[in-house]
Amino acid sequence: MSIHKGRGFASINYPIGMNLGGDPSQALVHSNPDGKFAVALSSIDLGQGMKQVTRQIAAETLGVPVEDVYVDTADSDTGPHCMGSFASRGTHRVGNAVIQAAKEARAVMMEAAAEELEVNAADLETDGKGNIFVRGAPSRSISTGEACGAAQFKQGKTVSGRGIFLIPMSDVDPETGEMTPVSCYAHAALVVDIEVDDETGEVDVKQMNSAYEVGRALNPRMVEQQLVGGAWMGMSHALWETTEPYYPERTHRPTDFNQYLMPGPGDIAPHNIAILERPAPDGPYGGKGPGEMCANPVLPAVANAVFNAVGVRIDELPITPEKILRAIKANGGAQPQGQR
Amino acid sequence: MSVEFRKELFASERDDNLNEIGKGTQRQDALGHVTGRSPYFDDHLFEGLLQVRCVRSPHHHARIRSIDYAQAAQMPGVVKVIRAEDVAHNFNTLLSLLNFGRDDEPLISSKKVSYIGEPVLAIVARTDRQARDAVAAVRVDWEVLPHVLDVEEALQPDAPVVNEVYPNNTFDYHDKYDHQKVRYGDVETAFAQADKIVEGRYQMSPIEQAPVETNGAIAAPETNDRFVCYTSTQALFFSLGTAAKLLNVSSNRLHFIGGTVGGGFGGKVDSLVEPMAILACMLTGKPCRFVWDREEEMQVGAPRGGERWYLKDGVMNDGRIIARQFTGYFDSGAYTRLSSYAIIKGAAHLPGPYHIANVKADVFCVFTNRTPATAMRGFGVTGVDFAIECQMDKIAHEVGMNPVELRILNAYRDGDMKAHRREAKNCALIECAQVAAEKANWPIRDEFKQMSSMVGGGGERAKIPHTVTDEDGRIGDRRAGRSGGQTRTIAPSMPAPAPAAYTSPPPSAPPSRAPQTVDQQPSYVHPAAAPAYNPAATQTPSPVAPTPAPAAAPTPAPAAAPAPDSGAPSARPVNRPGYSRFASNSGFRRR
Repeated sequence: MSIHKGRGFASINYPIGMNLGGDPSQALVHSNPDGKFAVALSSIDLGQGMKQVTRQIAAETLGVPVEDVYVDTADSDTGPHCMGSFASRGTHRVGNAVIQAAKEARAVMMEAAAEELEVNAADLETDGKGNIFVRGAPSRSISTGEACGAAQFKQGKTVSGRGIFLIPMSDVDPETGEMTPVSCYAHAALVVDIEVDDETGEVDVKQMNSAYEVGRALNPRMVEQQLVGGAWMGMSHALWETTEPYYPERTHRPTDFNQYLMPGPGDIAPHNIAILERPAPDGPYGGKGPGEMCANPVLPAVANAVFNAVGVRIDELPITPEKILRAIKANGGAQPQGQR
Repeated sequence: MSVEFRKELFASERDDNLNEIGKGTQRQDALGHVTGRSPYFDDHLFEGLLQVRCVRSPHHHARIRSIDYAQAAQMPGVVKVIRAEDVAHNFNTLLSLLNFGRDDEPLISSKKVSYIGEPVLAIVARTDRQARDAVAAVRVDWEVLPHVLDVEEALQPDAPVVNEVYPNNTFDYHDKYDHQKVRYGDVETAFAQADKIVEGRYQMSPIEQAPVETNGAIAAPETNDRFVCYTSTQALFFSLGTAAKLLNVSSNRLHFIGGTVGGGFGGKVDSLVEPMAILACMLTGKPCRFVWDREEEMQVGAPRGGERWYLKDGVMNDGRIIARQFTGYFDSGAYTRLSSYAIIKGAAHLPGPYHIANVKADVFCVFTNRTPATAMRGFGVTGVDFAIECQMDKIAHEVGMNPVELRILNAYRDGDMKAHRREAKNCALIECAQVAAEKANWPIRDEFKQMSSMVGGGGERAKIPHTVTDEDGRIGDRRAGRSGGQTRTIAPSMPAPAPAAYTSPPPSAPPSRAPQTVDQQPSYVHPAAAPAYNPAATQTPSPVAPTPAPAAAPTPAPAAAPAPDSGAPSARPVNRPGYSRFASNSGFRRR
């Protein structure tokens, strides 16, 4: 009886946004008289960072510091329609809607500044720190707050904008499946190192090394959080979780977290992540959506590592000690496939 | 634990000098979250808030003879008993908001139940304890029915009907088939030419989304005859629209507030709690709270569905995959929810991130007597990715190849045609594989290190192959025992050119270091030399005629386009897409 090392690999891609399109999201942006902006959405922040990513997108587009923007989510009386937070669509769809709304609001702000500075709006730039200046003559400037104040109190303009992003719904051909499913894909590849105990059937995940291509990482810390958490979920799907352990039979159904197993702190494996950024041509600043796909490579990589370690293919999830032991027994013992 | 950004890759496609984008700025809501002050739906505890609990089915499948709630209604604290007939429009399907599929699920069932946990009555009481006690006092006279739990058994002619709206136990696609098809190229011919056939069966398990905050909603009367609903939903207007439909109220009488949610992972799209909380509020005139407990969240709340995938690959000895066939069964449980749609997403995802010239898939949305499945992280893709990537490992083992190199060899590249007949762009699989291998010190050969997603795609690889189609699996055939998919017909009366061959991308390394030279390529890359393929022996072949289809063709042939392979006849099925808009309806039902 011994411990066998195993190493597995998997690579995947993932479609961003609701398949086939037809899933609009809207945004409204407006400024108060001090040049502080509010973004109104009906989108949902489930912890993934919807508010913050749209806040940074709005600030970037408006040309104001991020602290001059707050995002309000999900009041059906004030937030315009959004399809919802699922299908990795939030950053891509809502982000694009926010860009459109912020551009419209910015244009009013710039016109107001131009009128105050008596120049052409096309000659103005923002410095991202709260100032609007004449290109080539930085001393001729006005703060974004002053410009927005002038717009509302002197010029009678609303510094506001409306945005929507919609990919029109695609047809599906019944005969061939021809369709226009989505506009961009995220990618990932992952190597997992495990140890399998051929006496207990237990799998110990030792390390993960991965590369995730997520489009532009709009907020690198939040991308990191998604990838670390998502890979944990992938590990959990591979080795621990199910609502029906003997599917399709409905016996032994867990009803709480004492019975529904997930990896605890002691089970979490070190994970070394490389983030690649190939901007999506139609994504907000090239962003895609790392939310869902980060779990996906872990499941098959673990299954493949188990084969490498002990020579059994567990093709039914989750890969429980019971399944491994039964398979090893059926195979006449562990058959390590060699170090990779 | 380490994180690095590989900025040197794809640098020419990015402007990295932005003000706010690309910065790891702290979230605007971080302080509220870490100090426990962010308001969630359950923080709106109105004075006199009433609690809702459901009477649920203990059976997989049973007819309801009668429900006796007389005693329960008299119990302390009970304010209201909500019955199926109290729901104004007690029939819905989630995707009716997209005009996809038929209404097939009541909010409260009154005739029969099709899964353990299906609600048949709701009790509104002053406390949760009182509501639970009253639920326990309800007596239901059940007539237990035979049930089916396995997706493949459910397709058998003698399997019980799970959901009367779909009597064949499968979702109807495009008003025509009992499954979603993908047809691209000709897998059968390619299988015959392959050096090896690799097959596998893969089973994805049902999984709980497991948010810390369970599904819940609090509804209260607002002024002006409106109702406010604080909710955990992942999709505010989705839930609002569903509630408005089920309760038959104007959408502007509902004021939904949410947006800060304690985890969702797909399990908070189904919009089951909001209509119930609002209905209780309407019937009592009081604020009402309907929140699932953990058992409901795990066993009544819809999980990620079980998926079963069968894969068959035609592989050459050098690792190139020339054909891939899928048969997939999504276990939708008793009702549709979102599985029907996820299948289309899954079908579009096939054959995974690889360039394979011949792809065929039949994917079924199957009704069984279990908790309806719904969205979960990676919905429509996670399960088949498990299948595809385990299969890739098997192939690597079969042909004795480094599994990383096998992926890179077969990876899709910019400009390649995908099986759903759109060109790939913005690809990065090769780079991910290279970087992951490098980080793990998993050696790969130099020529694989030098390959790129941006080089070598398109060209021959962008051409849509001649495609074999069929009409297998017409709605109702399978369960009626009619063929059920055994007979193959080949669409219109045209001789088929040879199947498309895998076209090796030009190596980015010097030719001498390429994985294989032209001389080593098997003959199937020269389609003219491939065995003649006559799809229907009874039809009159016209091997060289680049003329339009015979009169038997149901629609005029679209404008001529070059055949995929020069030298092959340009004939093609008239229903070959990519050249004409679809004649049939799409399955998106407008009502």
